[in-house]
Amino acid sequence: MARTTSRPLSPHLTIWKWGPHMAISILHRVTGNGLATVGVMGVVWWLMAAAIGPEAYASFIHCATSPLGYLVMVGISWFFFQHMMSGIRHWVLDLGAGYELNTNKRWALVIPFLSTLATVALWAFIFAGKF
Amino acid sequence: MGTGTGIGRVRGLGSVRHGAGHWLTHRYTSVSNLLLVLWLIFSLVSLPGLDYESVRNWIANPLVAVPLMLMLVSVFWHLRLGMQVMLEDYVHDKGLNFFAILLLNFYTIAGAAAGIFAIAKIALTGVVK
Repeated sequence: MARTTSRPLSPHLTIWKWGPHMAISILHRVTGNGLATVGVMGVVWWLMAAAIGPEAYASFIHCATSPLGYLVMVGISWFFFQHMMSGIRHWVLDLGAGYELNTNKRWALVIPFLSTLATVALWAFIFAGKF
Repeated sequence: MGTGTGIGRVRGLGSVRHGAGHWLTHRYTSVSNLLLVLWLIFSLVSLPGLDYESVRNWIANPLVAVPLMLMLVSVFWHLRLGMQVMLEDYVHDKGLNFFAILLLNFYTIAGAAAGIFAIAKIALTGVVK
């Protein structure tokens, strides 16, 4: 098909002003793929280490409780809460609800706040309760 | 794209009557992920400790081993579907896309098998004396 090149190309990401709905959408994909790789491999490593024996488990714990290990675990827990809450938002959107501009924007802004709160609460509980 | 028969024109272009199945299974596994991963997090933070013996004894309980295995099935199934969509969106070269999805299938099956085998071994060999 012939296309007049002077006309704007649409739909195209670069011509749209960034909004919270776009940020939370790409964040859902980023967090999902982060969990699918780093998060899941961490859990499988933990299970494998426990199945292999005390030495393997000790080296897992050594890595997991290093500064980098804590950074990854805190990051992955935020990824999980963000993906979980954003996923619940997707259930609502799948039902055909929540597309009104203000409602959509509000939830797109509230969810990162809630997921951060959940992450802080989890780690506060872990450090206050156990150590 | 050829101008041949109807089937010839659409072959290789994507789902034929199973696109909705992919989408629905993604939603079903999101429900089971929500329940099972939250269960794992609550269980881990309420364990007395995450040392070798505590963890082994905890996983050795059948009421833990079974949901843990189910969680791995659900999580790996869900990530397999999600990563496929991501690869289909971003890897445009057909050959490379095929190869990426092949690797994704290997990753899913191998990862799930490793995790489930680890749980089974712990559960079937009993608690640490």
